[in-house]
Amino acid sequence: MSWNSPLDDVSIVLCGEAGQGIQSVEAILVQAIKKTGYNVFSTKEYMSRVRGGENSTELRVSSKRVMAYVDRIDILLSLSEGAVPHLENRVSESTLIIGDEKQLKSTSHKNTLPISLVEMAKEMGGAIFSNVIAAGVIACMLNVPKTVFNESIRDIFGRKGEKIVNKDIEAGMKGYEIGKNVLDSGRVNITVKTSSNVFDEILLNGTEAMGMGCIAGGCKFMSSYPMTPSTPLQSFIASNADEFGMIFEQAEDEIAAINMALGGSYAGARSLVTTSGSGFALMEEAVGLSGMIETPVVICLAQRPGPAVGLPTRTSQEDLNLALYSGPGEFPRIILAPGNLEDAFKLSQRAFNLADKYQIPVFILSDQYLADIFYNIPVLDVDSTKIESYTIKTSKNYNRYQFTDDGISPRGIPGWGEGLVLVDSDEHDEEGHLTENLDIRDKMVEKRLRKLNLIEKDIVAPELIGSKDYENLIVGWGSTYGPIVEALENLNMDNTSFLYFKQVYPLDGSVSEYLNQANNTVIFENNAQGQFADLIKLKTGYEIDEKVLKYNGMPFSVEEVEKHLKEFLEA
Amino acid sequence: MDSKQFDVEGADVAWCPGCGNFSILKALKETLAEMEITPDEVVMVSGIGQAGKLPHYIKSNVFNGLHGRSLPVSAGIKAVNPEILVFNVSGDGCTYGEGGNHFIHNIRRNPNIVNIVHNNMVYGLTKGQASPTSQLDFNTPLQVNGVFEEPFNPLATAISLNASFVARAFSGDVEKTKEILKKAINHNGYALVDIFQPCVTFNKVNTFQWFKNNTYYLEESHDPFDRELAFKMAIETEKYPLGVFYINQNKKTFEESLLAYKNDKSPIYTREQDMEKLKKLMETKK
Repeated sequence: MSWNSPLDDVSIVLCGEAGQGIQSVEAILVQAIKKTGYNVFSTKEYMSRVRGGENSTELRVSSKRVMAYVDRIDILLSLSEGAVPHLENRVSESTLIIGDEKQLKSTSHKNTLPISLVEMAKEMGGAIFSNVIAAGVIACMLNVPKTVFNESIRDIFGRKGEKIVNKDIEAGMKGYEIGKNVLDSGRVNITVKTSSNVFDEILLNGTEAMGMGCIAGGCKFMSSYPMTPSTPLQSFIASNADEFGMIFEQAEDEIAAINMALGGSYAGARSLVTTSGSGFALMEEAVGLSGMIETPVVICLAQRPGPAVGLPTRTSQEDLNLALYSGPGEFPRIILAPGNLEDAFKLSQRAFNLADKYQIPVFILSDQYLADIFYNIPVLDVDSTKIESYTIKTSKNYNRYQFTDDGISPRGIPGWGEGLVLVDSDEHDEEGHLTENLDIRDKMVEKRLRKLNLIEKDIVAPELIGSKDYENLIVGWGSTYGPIVEALENLNMDNTSFLYFKQVYPLDGSVSEYLNQANNTVIFENNAQGQFADLIKLKTGYEIDEKVLKYNGMPFSVEEVEKHLKEFLEA
Repeated sequence: MDSKQFDVEGADVAWCPGCGNFSILKALKETLAEMEITPDEVVMVSGIGQAGKLPHYIKSNVFNGLHGRSLPVSAGIKAVNPEILVFNVSGDGCTYGEGGNHFIHNIRRNPNIVNIVHNNMVYGLTKGQASPTSQLDFNTPLQVNGVFEEPFNPLATAISLNASFVARAFSGDVEKTKEILKKAINHNGYALVDIFQPCVTFNKVNTFQWFKNNTYYLEESHDPFDRELAFKMAIETEKYPLGVFYINQNKKTFEESLLAYKNDKSPIYTREQDMEKLKKLMETKK
């Protein structure tokens, strides 16, 4: 690509230190770009610190819908001296580096465009304004109307007060002046087209899509403990609690969080907890409690690299086994793994129905990448969702754990009806009193596990993307969806399809057939051991030919998937 | 009302003959009956231990959960259904040891529940190890050289956290225990009732007679609204005072603080989710 070749799918990266407000700028820009009518996607990567280090955000603006991370950087807007070195592996000859004159001095790259960012920010009243100036530069380059840009600033910074907002708007307009100079220089040639249907679409991140799914699923109670990358979903529910009559409580620890949620669930509210690896490790005991007392709970496990604290702000798919084998003893569970925003909504909604229907813990496995990505999608269909009711008003001689053919005992709520509702973490009889009668023990184990028969008929089947007559099959689950789909489109091969799993446990009966039809199979996972490949082998006996595993904390990029697919298919 | 309505038919009680738990159970049943409370209005929440089995012996709704984790469960139930009467009943090990962090934070959270703690200064179910309230030099199969840790003082801890209601009773005096329980039930907010009880099998030091000799009731004139005085009484260990030490009426309960009940007092489990509002929320993302 030459220095000014036309770009109808442009990747713009903003990079600066923690505390420079890169994330606020991302929020302003994605919104302004979307409201201009462009397809937009953004993903951020950041360090676990409040100041210093290097954080970056990638904005993809495209004539067609985009929903995946690319390594390629067309335009890099550097806000700090460390930005270019931080992104060295992704900067190529065709990357246009825009940044402050002084900060670009040390770089050996030739394709640079110095601007007087720092000086201008100082004129505005401080270095803090350089982020909004940079946002203005980008907005101008993309031809975002000034009114739209200013409206986004108001939206994101509104709570800071009129005075600061006006100052930020002024800073943004300075950015527009610089942006105009950049355009006049002829160094960039952005040809991305707007699309009228984008105006009717919504712009969400993974967290919001999940959060809206939780609301649509009837979530009424959430207790959690902050832990990246699960905290944004806590903020979403907390900030919507008033409007939707939900309860959010920050618990003293994760153990309290899930026990409180089980209390709430027992009392009749659909309950949610969200956490990440080590936090979930603390919840494990109560996952067993949920299984034993047959009290539903939805657990959103937002994965990040471990073990222990690991890389707090990065992404991974390392906790499938943790979710799958969590809790002592044997009891049914369901694990969902949305890979795109529509599924994040649909599956989060479904999770609450499933948890209530089978009276079990249901997991939504997400990760930092999925939680944080933004892109535009058609309005989600709320009307097609339904909150299915599975609780009963009890009568006088109600027995919480009544033996039934399908293993599901009608679930009552204390205070609703004439019966008493007894739940017990000990092995218990039909009424709910603890027992050490071994015959009852056998029957209760069998009752709980009998629910699996129904659960196995109620699976979200994997989705085949591509031709039914494939020779090569790519397997992926959860958030690898975006890069795999785009890589497959780019490679344009009729004989290769993608089997996208959105439920990873239990596995659908169709899985063996799909795998056996292929001559070659390859799986992409964000972990070091191929946990899902192992689970597939355990459940179907099929061993996937090739595993592409990435565990450095970054998501797969489209280019990376393409490269691995080419190698695999040529071999 | 007859306290027999709280009897559980055919209950296979796992307590030793002479255990202080029997008196606590009796006091609780009689208190509820005398206050005209019915079994369906009550949830008994417990953890694990001999005391944690109490809910199985009193007719009510029951949540017998995990060791140490009953207080968060109680808070969750109360938040979802403020109309239901929640008793959190467990022992000293469950509440002050395994659940110590929850003990602290539920005092801060202040759900309107009654927290009955059976305090026998020993672990019963696991057969005689030290509990957080075991006294210095107490010998056990694990503390072979005697307990060296400072005994946990639940009342002083609660008062230091400005808890909303703090009391101590003795199982050997059912009538006085009932009086204290009634005050705890009538109190709006978290009410701690630590109840001394002898463990006849594993604690040969702190026996019925020992508790009788080493406790006394606070004077009628004791001012429960005086926090400093309450604290002073709570750290007395020469002889242990009994009664209502401290009442803090200036605290909002957990439920009262929840936005969900700001304009609508109905329990949240009875409310429909407003899908039109969700559609509107989605519109704002256009």
